[in-house]
Amino acid sequence: MASLRLPRLIPRTRRGYSTAASPSSRLNLPIDYKSTPLLHHTSSTLSDTLDLPSSTTSKSLNLYQAINSALRTALSTSNKVMLFGEDVAFGGVFRCSMDLQTEFGSERVFNTPLTEQGIVGFAIGAAAQGMKPVAEIQFADYVFPAFDQIVNEAAKFRFREGATGVNIGGMVVRMPCGAVGHGALYHSQSPEALFAHVPGVQVVMPRSPSQAKGLLLSAIFESKNPVIFMEPKVLYRAAVEHVPSEYYTIPLNTAEVVKPGNDVTVISYGQPMYLCSAAIAAAEKALGASIELIDLRTIYPWDRQTVLDSVKKTGRAIVVHESMINYGVGAEVAATIQDGAFLRLEAPVKRVAGWSTHTGLLYEKFVIPDVARIYDAIKQTLEY
Amino acid sequence: MLALRSARLLRASQPLTKVPRRWSNSISQRPGSDRVRFPGAINSKFTTDMAFINPAEMSNIPTYRVMDSDGVLVDKSRKSIDVPKEEILSWYKNMLTVSVMDVIMFEAQRQGRLSFYMVSAGEEGISVGSAAALTPDDVVFAQYREAGVFQQRGFTLKDFMSQLFANRYDNSKGRNMPVHYGCNYPRTHTISSPLATQIPQASGAAYALKLQALQNPNTPPRIVACYFGEGAASEGDFHAGLNIAATRSCPVVFICRNNGYAISTPTLEQYRGDGIASRGIGYGIDTIRVDGNDIFAVYEAMREARRIALRDGGKPVLIEAMSYRVSHHSTSDDSFAYRARVEVEDWKRRDNPIIRLRKWLENEGHWNEDLERDTRDQLRKAVLKEFGEAEREKKPPLREAFEGVYEELTEEAEAQKKELKRILETYPDEYDLHQFEDGVNGL
Repeated sequence: MASLRLPRLIPRTRRGYSTAASPSSRLNLPIDYKSTPLLHHTSSTLSDTLDLPSSTTSKSLNLYQAINSALRTALSTSNKVMLFGEDVAFGGVFRCSMDLQTEFGSERVFNTPLTEQGIVGFAIGAAAQGMKPVAEIQFADYVFPAFDQIVNEAAKFRFREGATGVNIGGMVVRMPCGAVGHGALYHSQSPEALFAHVPGVQVVMPRSPSQAKGLLLSAIFESKNPVIFMEPKVLYRAAVEHVPSEYYTIPLNTAEVVKPGNDVTVISYGQPMYLCSAAIAAAEKALGASIELIDLRTIYPWDRQTVLDSVKKTGRAIVVHESMINYGVGAEVAATIQDGAFLRLEAPVKRVAGWSTHTGLLYEKFVIPDVARIYDAIKQTLEY
Repeated sequence: MLALRSARLLRASQPLTKVPRRWSNSISQRPGSDRVRFPGAINSKFTTDMAFINPAEMSNIPTYRVMDSDGVLVDKSRKSIDVPKEEILSWYKNMLTVSVMDVIMFEAQRQGRLSFYMVSAGEEGISVGSAAALTPDDVVFAQYREAGVFQQRGFTLKDFMSQLFANRYDNSKGRNMPVHYGCNYPRTHTISSPLATQIPQASGAAYALKLQALQNPNTPPRIVACYFGEGAASEGDFHAGLNIAATRSCPVVFICRNNGYAISTPTLEQYRGDGIASRGIGYGIDTIRVDGNDIFAVYEAMREARRIALRDGGKPVLIEAMSYRVSHHSTSDDSFAYRARVEVEDWKRRDNPIIRLRKWLENEGHWNEDLERDTRDQLRKAVLKEFGEAEREKKPPLREAFEGVYEELTEEAEAQKKELKRILETYPDEYDLHQFEDGVNGL
């Protein structure tokens, strides 16, 4: 009752916590997910891109629905698949596991106590005994109690077992990651570089619903290695596209040339793909250049060949990611390009990434890459 | 020299602490002894009866309460509450303040005025009652549902609102999510979102207080109070924190708010033992369970816990305070997706720490309907005034995005700050800096 009287108590104003893009913005506009070329707005482009028969049926889904569809497909494909984590039973705080406990029972879909190290260790044990556990960590920011289990156990399991042949190939650890505008220190992080430093785990980050379903099914069924599967949580509701209804996979060892071009290669993954796409559109229009965009998709082990082939063609490269620039994925990609395409380079490889600080609540949009910074990097690289 | 002196002090202090003696080898076992003297179990009798201990057959740990839900003291033979009336009234007003602020800020979040909020409805008695037994020199590590601790320790409405609106008076300089309050004195460490990480930190802080007291006997006696929920107690850090506090005899009181839910997960899926209290016994820690809706029970338990924590050179204590989370987990949660509305309404009707104390105050003739209405009215006005001022206040300067990572800005960060400034100046139409103190020059 009291709350009914409140609108009167706090006069409504236009004031809000989010300082939206400046009204004069041309570059840093909110991403229009309804028109971005990165999403399949109709089903017509699906079968070609994903290499599926033209009879494939599809449904328009957002990212959490696509993850839900992948998990449902996985749980019905094999009774070895298990799904668990904090608050998974009622559908998960991001709704990725909605209805799955009802459909597949509480033996295979269940809540765990609140313990990330427990969740990942539990998954390792189950995988070692032949199951296909899909463990959910509620936020990537909270994975660190499980770091020991991932770095010292999951990543080293096959190597340590040696001739026993025991491995944990069935295991996947899913976690929402990345900035959403107001997550501050502990609901914004993208720790992919920390995991990519560790040989033995595969690190994947999809850019869209259809990519997520194919990559996740691949992680569960095709990969024989433990997979860290990072889901950009800002896309859960925002990114909507046609997603094939059936089982399909996208290989974990290939990057994708999302848009061909001749003058500069932009390499990214996850949500910044949309920022890159917007910056590229603006740069092509304003600067008359032709720009290639590559989605790494799998961050480690990564598809070096596709990137090197592209840079050998364009002679210029920019790497874009949300997490901190220091010792980040961009450093690895830039060093590999320098090593493998040095004589073809027309400009230094540029990195556009988060600054070397934490994501302070008010400062997020100044700390992580935006369209203007990517545009500026393209301009500088072309004019070098 | 200092290290040597401390070592001597420590050695001198050891007889003060009564630690059960453990034997390092079997030679100490007397022949024909009827009990175990293994290094890992010191006084266990031998038995020929092979009996597994089944916790289900043991009676549950009782819940300490002073007054019932009608605000009447349960034990007629006990002496009355030995706290001045004015102080009890201040507790009541502190609970009301938090409650009034919660309702307004929850609504404000729904209006999009702040990004996030967490209420502590139903748990005000635990935070206010326990903090009332602390001194300003005691140190607090809290989770995120203890606004009452801050309120009781003198955090002002302006302090709350500055943090919630992340303005230039916010102690955390606009860096933290709302409700992540922090205060230098009385030392109440800034809230960190990850769960249970504060628990071993509290043990370490308590050990520091213990050493500092040994090194300087003139320091006032201090403890650490550490708050967390029953969900957080499933984290490895809970085990680490309590066990290390026990082994190092740290003057720390752990207060578990057991409110029945960790977001959607009910306690039945969180643990199968007798609450969190049963674990304290396993660590060899003095433990009590209290009725969290009974502010007198919480206060008395905390006061006694503080005394125990300071006794014999220091020892940890665990308090499990029982309540029910009548609210959603946070503004990002809709709890009716996983629990019935009627369950919540039932609890709200049945019991509430504020109503219970109000009944006691009315029974004693210290409170009435008019005072209640006037006080609520004043509090609402005071909250709204600070709300309006805090919301209009400038945000901290942009350089706070980079500062504070290290004590001094690194050369790399300095270069990044310059680069950001270049971008902001090259593309002025792309950024709205008017809220930040000094705009682009704040970098």
